[in-house]
Amino acid sequence: MATKILILLGTKKGAFILESDALRRSWALRGPFCETWPMNHVIADPATGAIYAGGGDAWFGPAVWKSTDLGATWTHSSAGLAYEAGEDPIKAVWSVAPAAGSLYAGVEPAGLFRSDDGGQSWRHVAGLRDHPSRPHWTPGGGGLILHSLVPHPDDDRQLWVAISAAGVFHTADGGDTWEPRNRGTRADFMPEEQRYPEIGQCVHCLVMAQGMPERLYQQNHCGMYRSADGGLNWDSIEAGLPSTFGFPAAVHPRDPDTLYLLPLNGDIKGRYVPDARAAVWRTRDRGDSWEALREGLPQRNTFFGVLRQAMATDRLEPAGVYFGTNTGTLFASADEGDSWHCIAQHLPAIYSVETLVVEA
Amino acid sequence: MPNDQPTRAAPPVVVTLPANLVRLFPGALRQVELPASTVRDVIDALDARWPGMGDRLCDSRPAIRRHINVFVEGRRATLETRLSPGAEVTVLTAISGG
Repeated sequence: MATKILILLGTKKGAFILESDALRRSWALRGPFCETWPMNHVIADPATGAIYAGGGDAWFGPAVWKSTDLGATWTHSSAGLAYEAGEDPIKAVWSVAPAAGSLYAGVEPAGLFRSDDGGQSWRHVAGLRDHPSRPHWTPGGGGLILHSLVPHPDDDRQLWVAISAAGVFHTADGGDTWEPRNRGTRADFMPEEQRYPEIGQCVHCLVMAQGMPERLYQQNHCGMYRSADGGLNWDSIEAGLPSTFGFPAAVHPRDPDTLYLLPLNGDIKGRYVPDARAAVWRTRDRGDSWEALREGLPQRNTFFGVLRQAMATDRLEPAGVYFGTNTGTLFASADEGDSWHCIAQHLPAIYSVETLVVEA
Repeated sequence: MPNDQPTRAAPPVVVTLPANLVRLFPGALRQVELPASTVRDVIDALDARWPGMGDRLCDSRPAIRRHINVFVEGRRATLETRLSPGAEVTVLTAISGG
């Protein structure tokens, strides 16, 4: 059986797809799709093979686009993807995730929607915005966005979401009620005595360790963290990293102890790779120690950043790792990060990177 | 899209749509005649003919989207603007993007 791998890109000017075989040596690029709308997150539902692209256009508003033929043709819908009259309208979809036959979408201003018909129509999961902390949610630099969706793999009533800058929230009842899950994460932008609030942290990316639903990792505006209890408590894992700032985090497809981060030099220092030298940082012991992966990555005069959804792994053996830059370059590793190649450049700013393995 | 008044009896108006909107809806036309008494009726009729088009032109405030302009007989309109029989309604995309 032939294996095909697709890299799905959301960019400032549409969705793109790169395709290769299991060797991952050469890649063919297709796109732009979705009428060059800004696409914040392009994902695939591995259960169906459908590709979904969430974004928003300055003229025509938010929508989730869908392709059931690996990108050849697309439809779009925003039916039901709206708040009540009088509320600030939704600007864009920021995140999309399949979960137990349904589909979740996170939007700006922050809120959660669910589709039970493959993205044709949406309903507001109002419990999240009903949380009493909502008046205190404040936008981060990217807006007040719900950017991370982490469904529990075995319990469809559990879901974690991350909002900048409100923090991590968890539901155990399918979205009716929510609890903040931010204990132990810092808010360095607050007065010293208020740096560990219940909500208001600027979480940048939230991911779940493969096969360990209670172990979460997060890249925060203020540090990198690991939780062993579904986010009830967080421990810093930033020792050994070159900064406390970055956006993306990506987990290994099989090893729950392996995590990839891409720290930037700092929030007030330009937000590019430290010392203008690109590196992905890998831990194989759940964040206790880190190594810089630089082989094949530019090591001088490098001033790109990598955004919160722009790093991903694939499920092949050995695992592939990918990241896209805000300057439109895509780097790939077919050996778990040990060595890297530039596989596309001169693209629009890359907002998201995801993968899909297809057995043809 | 709410439809406060029936449009069936309204006289037709002539609606011109922007190319980048029409591209989003296979089979949609750049120019179409629709029965409508107000701009809101136009949006409702467009949405009935090409489902989803209403969401592309209006947000949930509800109002015409910030970067969409609707002109009636050469004057910028709102959803409430009333239309005379045979009125020319032009939908344009405003300057936007980067």
